[in-house]
Amino acid sequence: MKKFTRRQTLKTFAGAAAAATVPPSLLSAAKSFAQDSPWKPESGASIRMLRWKRFVASEGDATQAMLDAFSEATGVPIRLDSEGFEDLRPKAAVAASIGSGPDIIWTIHADPHLYPDAMLDMTDVADYLGGKYGGWYPMAEFYSMRDGKWISLPYTFSGNFINYRVAACKEAGFDQFPDNTDDFLTLMQELKKAGNPGGFALGNASGDGNSWAHWVAWSHGGKMIDENDNLVLNSPETVAALEYVSKLGPTFAPGVASWLDGHNNKAFLQGSCSVTNNGISIYAAAQREGLDEVANDMDHAYWPIGPAGEPTELHVQFPMTVYNHTQYPNACKALLAWLMEAQQYNAFLEASVGYLSHPLKAYDDNPVWTEDPKRAVFKDTTLRTRPFSYSGSLGYAAASVFADFIVVNMVAEAALGAKTPEEAAADAHKRAERYYKI
Amino acid sequence: MASNTHASGPKVGLMTRLMNNRNLMGLLFMIPAGSILLVFLTYPLGLGVWLGMTDAKVGRPGEFIGLENFVWLMDDSVFLLSVFNTFLYTVVASIIKFGLGLWLAIVLNNNIPFKAFIRAIVLLPFIVPTVLSALAFWWLYDSQDSVISWVLIEMGFIDETIDFLGDPNNARASVIAANIWRGIPFVAITLLAGLQTIPKSLYEAATIDGATEWQRFTKITLPLLTPIIAVVMTFSVLFTFTDFQLIWVMTRGGPINATHLMATLSYQRGIVGGSLGEGAAIAVAMVPFLLAAILFSYFGLQNRKWQRGGQDD
Repeated sequence: MKKFTRRQTLKTFAGAAAAATVPPSLLSAAKSFAQDSPWKPESGASIRMLRWKRFVASEGDATQAMLDAFSEATGVPIRLDSEGFEDLRPKAAVAASIGSGPDIIWTIHADPHLYPDAMLDMTDVADYLGGKYGGWYPMAEFYSMRDGKWISLPYTFSGNFINYRVAACKEAGFDQFPDNTDDFLTLMQELKKAGNPGGFALGNASGDGNSWAHWVAWSHGGKMIDENDNLVLNSPETVAALEYVSKLGPTFAPGVASWLDGHNNKAFLQGSCSVTNNGISIYAAAQREGLDEVANDMDHAYWPIGPAGEPTELHVQFPMTVYNHTQYPNACKALLAWLMEAQQYNAFLEASVGYLSHPLKAYDDNPVWTEDPKRAVFKDTTLRTRPFSYSGSLGYAAASVFADFIVVNMVAEAALGAKTPEEAAADAHKRAERYYKI
Repeated sequence: MASNTHASGPKVGLMTRLMNNRNLMGLLFMIPAGSILLVFLTYPLGLGVWLGMTDAKVGRPGEFIGLENFVWLMDDSVFLLSVFNTFLYTVVASIIKFGLGLWLAIVLNNNIPFKAFIRAIVLLPFIVPTVLSALAFWWLYDSQDSVISWVLIEMGFIDETIDFLGDPNNARASVIAANIWRGIPFVAITLLAGLQTIPKSLYEAATIDGATEWQRFTKITLPLLTPIIAVVMTFSVLFTFTDFQLIWVMTRGGPINATHLMATLSYQRGIVGGSLGEGAAIAVAMVPFLLAAILFSYFGLQNRKWQRGGQDD
């Protein structure tokens, strides 16, 4: 309610107050957008928006400033709340179920596919933005479209790539980070011998654990389901991937079995882990905390490519969803279009300093990807990701299997030698049957 | 006169009679408490049981599927592992909490310097929010920077850091230790209250009769403490069996589900994974075990007449 009060006060003292809170250039952009936009907010419109708790303060501030500018220019008050993912996702689902709650939710993964009927058709906004900004990456489309309609906007993707220490890899004989799984195994073995091991989370780490476990399973052609959503996890390809994992596991740093999402960041920053997978947060923390030794010696790389012959990476989508139950669909569409217009979206990317990447091809040119070459790989996040439901459809079964760490546990079992590759694949397959009922 | 009384009788009498009807008034007075129980206890419990028999997802009402969820769970290795973990966790932690708690209570019951201050300090682990203490243990158990490992290495007992949360059995022991640390104050302080209700005269009489310290403990302290022990241990078992936060913060149920409890698995599947029906089924599966624990302490350790100065039947 505070926001409304402030907003009303601002309205009263329109000119002076607005200039004090919103940068003039942003405000004038918002005003001209409000003039030209194909979507005119309904009179008396107001928007309630719920988002996840920001990773980086600068992104949160930039987004808030854009919302404020939109409010100033259109007179539509916006109330923005934020929640951690574990509260946000159930709230989003319940809002869909009861048809009331926030108008816009900025959520995670493919959650709109769990309640597609509650989503407002965003096709016109998507067509408008796609036409104006070089088109959407195919994976952005895949995540957002259902039955020929856009049920959400694939606002941004968070990249999860290889983080490595350059000097340690050079010592191990690799001037470039290996681009294939065989060389990658050699590198990891050499690093272990040199007393400088890498490590990948084997605990129930929803971000890093899922990213690396899916990468390795897919890299050898293993996958949970086929194009028709038939369960095909227990396959020779999956077993081959797990055999590879069983060779990779012994090269890891001690303690990986207990690693959750934060452990590899800490180990890497301390210098006790030379290769791991992560977003850009390790690099950002090294810079922020003045750990120049780490920041200067580290870099990011694409995931190595395995026998599957193509990138098999998994990055996370954060879609913007508008609910059918909103009383002000045009205001919501205008707001999301405004956020994704060049001036705002470029500012958003820059404020996100590589944590978050774009779904529209035109934003490849954003300086954030070139001003620091160590961020370069994150530019291709949306280009290179597969959906977590690969190669089947998004929905309840895929979401449940993903949340239940079935692939992560399978890979961990093989990596730690707790089960043979054959057993691990067969047991994981059996667990997944629960969701892909046979 | 007679007819007058007769005529006005029912008029005045109906309300009066109703007001004087003990059964009716009893019922009326129970309505507030009863409805609170109904709305806040019976309904959620019933809803949980119902959800456990549906295929509901978060945000989507499910259809009735009978016992299918339970049938699946019986064949689910992760669920069965979580049942085993929950039992191990509850039994080991409860026994140690009881032993150490009783010992601590007896120590605190003696005249020691700064008694009030020390008693207050003992409560500290109980006062600290669980998530905070879990985070503290998370650091203590860190695979690289554990203080425990560091001290042992510096003292020359071990050569490399202990993998507290990475090895399945280490992880189980570690989370149990954290739970014990957190649970002892509750047991100790409650038993201390019980100890203080035991009349000193009993001990004096026993001493005069030549009873040893051990005899005084087994023949006076323990029997008179039994009702309190029953209550304390019932609660302690319930808290331990349903523990969630410690595990969720420290291990998320890992490594490879070695520390998944029924409560954490229920949350992982029901809320994070969205399979509300299955999550509810796991939670409902905890109820029989909890009922058994309550009944055990109710019948096994209930108040005996002789403890109140009467005769046993």
